[in-house]
Amino acid sequence: MGLLDNLKLPFLGNGASGGEQKYYGVIGDFDTPEDLMRAIRTVRTAGFTKLEAYTPFPIHGIDEAMGEPRSPLGKIVFGCAMLGLTAAVALQWWTGAWDYPVWVAGKPLFAIEPSVPIMFELSVLLSAFGAVIGMLALNKLPQYYHPFFNYTRAAGATNDRFLLAIEAKDPRFQSDEVKLLLENLGSRHTELVEA
Amino acid sequence: MADIALDPRLELNPPLVTGGQTYADVTEKISAITENPPPKIWWAAFGVSLLLAMVLFACLGYLVTTGIGVWGNNVPVGWAWDITNFVWWIGIGHAGTLISAILFLFRQKWRTSINRAAEAMTLFAVACAAIYPVFHTGRPWRAVYWLFPMPNEYLHLWQNFRSPLMWDVFAISTYGTVSALFWYVGLIPDLATLRDRAKTRIRQMIFGIMSFGWRGSARQWKHYELAYLILAGISTPLVLSVHSIVSFDFATSVLPGWHTTIFPPYFVAGAIFSGFAMVVTLMTLARWMYKLENLITLHHLENMCKVMLATGMIVGFAYGTEFFIAWYSANPFERFAFQNRLFGPYWWAYWTMVSCNVIAPQFFWFKRFRRSIPVMFVLSIFINIGMWFERFVIIVTSLHRDFLPSSWGYFNPTIIDIGTFVGTIGLFMTLFLLFLRFLPAIAISEVKGVLHSQLQSERGGH
Repeated sequence: MGLLDNLKLPFLGNGASGGEQKYYGVIGDFDTPEDLMRAIRTVRTAGFTKLEAYTPFPIHGIDEAMGEPRSPLGKIVFGCAMLGLTAAVALQWWTGAWDYPVWVAGKPLFAIEPSVPIMFELSVLLSAFGAVIGMLALNKLPQYYHPFFNYTRAAGATNDRFLLAIEAKDPRFQSDEVKLLLENLGSRHTELVEA
Repeated sequence: MADIALDPRLELNPPLVTGGQTYADVTEKISAITENPPPKIWWAAFGVSLLLAMVLFACLGYLVTTGIGVWGNNVPVGWAWDITNFVWWIGIGHAGTLISAILFLFRQKWRTSINRAAEAMTLFAVACAAIYPVFHTGRPWRAVYWLFPMPNEYLHLWQNFRSPLMWDVFAISTYGTVSALFWYVGLIPDLATLRDRAKTRIRQMIFGIMSFGWRGSARQWKHYELAYLILAGISTPLVLSVHSIVSFDFATSVLPGWHTTIFPPYFVAGAIFSGFAMVVTLMTLARWMYKLENLITLHHLENMCKVMLATGMIVGFAYGTEFFIAWYSANPFERFAFQNRLFGPYWWAYWTMVSCNVIAPQFFWFKRFRRSIPVMFVLSIFINIGMWFERFVIIVTSLHRDFLPSSWGYFNPTIIDIGTFVGTIGLFMTLFLLFLRFLPAIAISEVKGVLHSQLQSERGGH
């Protein structure tokens, strides 16, 4: 248990950090994706920039509403695919034509045509690893501590609640005002969450 | 409600989540399966499956300690049940990837209730398939040096990359790895759901660690959705390549009956056909065992029956084409190979194959049969059998009578052949039942996404 306690796994119920008064932000809790989207638009119009929404499933159009840039994952995966392709050519040429050449049935030691299947397979293999590891890295996962989990109703975000956080690092952040704003927008449970 | 029932869109697109469920109902229904003790029927099925899996391990142990002579393979039939079973299992896996990747790219929303279980089925089928090439080497602990380009002290040689068997090694291992990654990425948000619902500390810890601390933030979903789309995009050509490469094992040889350019598309269609049959077999059972009628609706099952009908027709057409080409080639060896299939000593295998694969799916022309659970269950079993016989017919009837009548033979399986095959079915069912018991068998977050768009269109949003 000691090791896990030190890891501060917040969903295990021991997440609150002691001492200094640092806050993650204010989190509000909405009934439907439509309510959440309306809240995001209003809050953005009011000039807040450090927002985060937490939802049980991806919501169409939320990135545009939050002003999020496109994910760079495609570029990462393309790089991995090219790496896989190069590795496959290098592997087949080096083993078959350079390191230990063996003539089989008078065929060339290296040719592109019979190398295509493995070139394709290794491109796909490295792309898949690039997509998964790239996604996890961009999302900074695994991340077993996050102040979000200090919100008492954080579990709703993986069930049927649509949460909106206005983070304390936002230049316009004023906990009382932000709380009032989210409540007026229809939040059922608004809370100032510790970092 | 009345005006909704008259809406012509509903006639074309019946609701995929029925019973007026909310997001919380979906979470509850699917998570509860993993949280509550399993029904008695689960224990019965698990017991039988585990017993059969033990038979597999006993047969493999006997094979490793004795030698591959315990199988019935012998000259002239050097490949028999081992490769038949291998191709059969790999083919079954293809439906999982088709559902998770190809139907995703085509925006077929009905895939969401069945994709998780179908992907799990893919993984377990690939695991069963891999047993055969690994153990047919006789010394599986050395197989890694023979199959993969590993620097080693045994051989002082590299693999021949001009051989389709090497392409197969790369295709199957890539396919297994990518399927596992795709499946796990899909699981992450649902594991987080299980973590947040956990009643005991141990469940909280296990699912907390497995879900990597997923929070479901909009930024996380952004990268996640793109990763999912990319995985679907690369899995689509991958799944088509895998069975094409499996068919190259045969097609690039110079044996009459194998040396055929039609093989790649014919094998891919057959793989999807057999895979959907296995999905229907498993889904009808899982749906009945866990009462999932509102999530896996008759509409889902009917769509799968349509896929079986279409791919069954493609397979039937390929059988006909093979015969036409054998006749049209005017090659006496080619013509003999095909006559021998129909009327030779293995005629019974050929006609079993035709009955199960070409005749059985014709019932699916009728809506009544497409929407009847007992009919589709029985027909799916027939198709599973028929597709096993297809591989057996292609492999064994082409080998047992080659160019010299003096070396003709007849293949008989041994008890170890049978035990190994039945054993892999046991292993497959054991793994599948464990999956149903411990992991969310339906993609919770994806079903909620479908439910959301369904609620929007019911409100007339679109």
